Amino acid sequence: MASSSTAKIIDRNIPMVKLENIRKSFDDLEVVKGLDLEIGSGEFFSLLGPSGCGKTTLLRMIAGFETPNSGIVSIAGEEMTNFDANERPTNMVFQSYAIFPHLNVGENVAYGLKKQRLPKDEMKSRVLDMLKLVDLDGLYDRPSYALSGGQKQRVALARALIMQPKVLLLDEPLSALDKKLREQMQHELRRLQRTLGITFILVTHDQEEALIMSDRIAVMFDGKIAQLGHPQEIYERPVTKKVASFIGVMNFISGEYLGKKDDKLHVRTSSLGEVFLKSAQTASDVQPGNVTLGLRPEMMTVLFSTNENSEYEFKAKITNVSYYGDMTYYSVEMPGPDDDISISMRNTVGRHVYSVGDVVRIGWGTESIVVL
Amino acid sequence: MKFGTQIKQSLDGWRLIGTPFIFGLLLLLTPILLLVLLSFWTQEYLDLNRTFTFANYKEIFSHPVFITLIKRSVNISLFVTASTVLLAFPVAYYISFYGGKRKALLLFLITIPFWTSYLLRIFLWKIILGYNGVINSGLISLNFIQEPLTFILYNSNAVVLALAHAWAPFAIFPIYVSLEKIDRSLLEAGRDLGDTAVRSFFRITLPLAMPGIIAASLIVFIPTIGDYVTPKLVGGTEGMMVANMIQVQFSKANNAPLAAALAIVSLSIVVLISLVFLFFNRKYLRRQI
Repeated sequence: MASSSTAKIIDRNIPMVKLENIRKSFDDLEVVKGLDLEIGSGEFFSLLGPSGCGKTTLLRMIAGFETPNSGIVSIAGEEMTNFDANERPTNMVFQSYAIFPHLNVGENVAYGLKKQRLPKDEMKSRVLDMLKLVDLDGLYDRPSYALSGGQKQRVALARALIMQPKVLLLDEPLSALDKKLREQMQHELRRLQRTLGITFILVTHDQEEALIMSDRIAVMFDGKIAQLGHPQEIYERPVTKKVASFIGVMNFISGEYLGKKDDKLHVRTSSLGEVFLKSAQTASDVQPGNVTLGLRPEMMTVLFSTNENSEYEFKAKITNVSYYGDMTYYSVEMPGPDDDISISMRNTVGRHVYSVGDVVRIGWGTESIVVL
Repeated sequence: MKFGTQIKQSLDGWRLIGTPFIFGLLLLLTPILLLVLLSFWTQEYLDLNRTFTFANYKEIFSHPVFITLIKRSVNISLFVTASTVLLAFPVAYYISFYGGKRKALLLFLITIPFWTSYLLRIFLWKIILGYNGVINSGLISLNFIQEPLTFILYNSNAVVLALAHAWAPFAIFPIYVSLEKIDRSLLEAGRDLGDTAVRSFFRITLPLAMPGIIAASLIVFIPTIGDYVTPKLVGGTEGMMVANMIQVQFSKANNAPLAAALAIVSLSIVVLISLVFLFFNRKYLRRQI
């Protein structure tokens, strides 16, 4: 998984894209509601959210296809709020790829270069180089109707990258590809972004995709940014229940926050008893009263043998088993009034797969809990 | 797929198109073949001389009157085609790109002229363009002219006007369909890659609309070259076209073989021009997407 510990230097002091108090409405429906965001130079940034959260509209305002009703869009230090798409140093990879059907691969990639009136040889060699970069060697003369989905995707990428944009915008570029190809393209996009050092802004509703590819992620709900951070921060320390359940699977346990005790957060739960958590285990400013604790399925274990021990444990009945091959997901009943929780276990050599109705020991630790 | 099922499927296909195919064969191909046959015979007073001869074709190509009429017909219909398509394009473009929720209504409005028979519509042109017509009496009452204009009716301009008006919907529809088919994100992609609106029109919209423009051109060109009613009613002697001559030869002149030969020559010219036109536009008709 890509983490923030990559060798590449990301200078966030120079924002490549700066959005200030952006608002956008279509008819009477406000889709972006006063949003501020700075995206660093050379960053792989993802706008993640469910459909209708305004992420595509935001991307289109950066591209210049939409103008915000209010607010300022700056790119590379220059205010460009009212600039048309053809005047901005951004290029876009469209969700539908938007490959020109009347042009072949070479002509598609060269489309934006035509205006620069380069000598024919230079133009062709630049197109060929670009095709090589996206692994499409030998497809220069291929008519566009004869391309597969994955190839169209690469042509769209080459056509945008040949313009040497300062920012590459990707609007759900992988959603139309099958799983295998999508995973391959995720790594390739990441590799390309690192090689070229261009700022990439990706719009996606696929949380896994955002986690794998991004330096930073903005989780968007309802026209606003709900959380902004590195993939690991977002996954491990979600700020709200909504973010927590959108990113991966999260189990929720209700509890009561009783205040700080010896610099630790004291929470009483009916399922897990009294727990003491570090203050870093919450991203929000909790007040005494009812709280929700979040536990990732992989942060708990089914204890398979009597030799195995854990910081804390409880006995529970298995209510559902989902076998995924490499993993098994168990749903187990909680001792308290909380909903059944999900626990994922890696299927290693000799490890038993339990059945519904079995009573097992569940091990957990206070370190893995997040207070929402 | 097994060979047997293939045969069965093709038999199913033939059964399906069989009836219209025979119908087409009897009512379209047979008359044309008979016409070809007739054009190689000659008329001797009331009888037909059935000896094979090129005499009719020789007569057509040696008499200037026939050549003139054919040339004029070609010119008029080329002019009608060009002006109709040129005027239809902005209409189709407007409906497709700016029609919004009113698209269906606008398309419906375009069909309104069809509610009146063609013949009546030509008579209306006579009323508009005539000696005591709308234009002349209007201009006289406004004191722009003292005497009625005579050059607006009974010549080839009047024929072009009437035909262009009559065929406009037939040009608008295919162009509209081809514009509708253009994925709007292609135009955004063009803009994103640095095109101005004008450039992306010529680089994306126009090439992708070409199948519709080509269809519109052929739909207008092919029937207008043989139009007979319009020149007869608003063309006068100067606006006479080849179809009028064919009619004269068939009826008054009682020379059906010569008329048949004229028809075959006209038909060949239409086919030839259409093929040349298609050849020069072949790259737009290649498979797309």
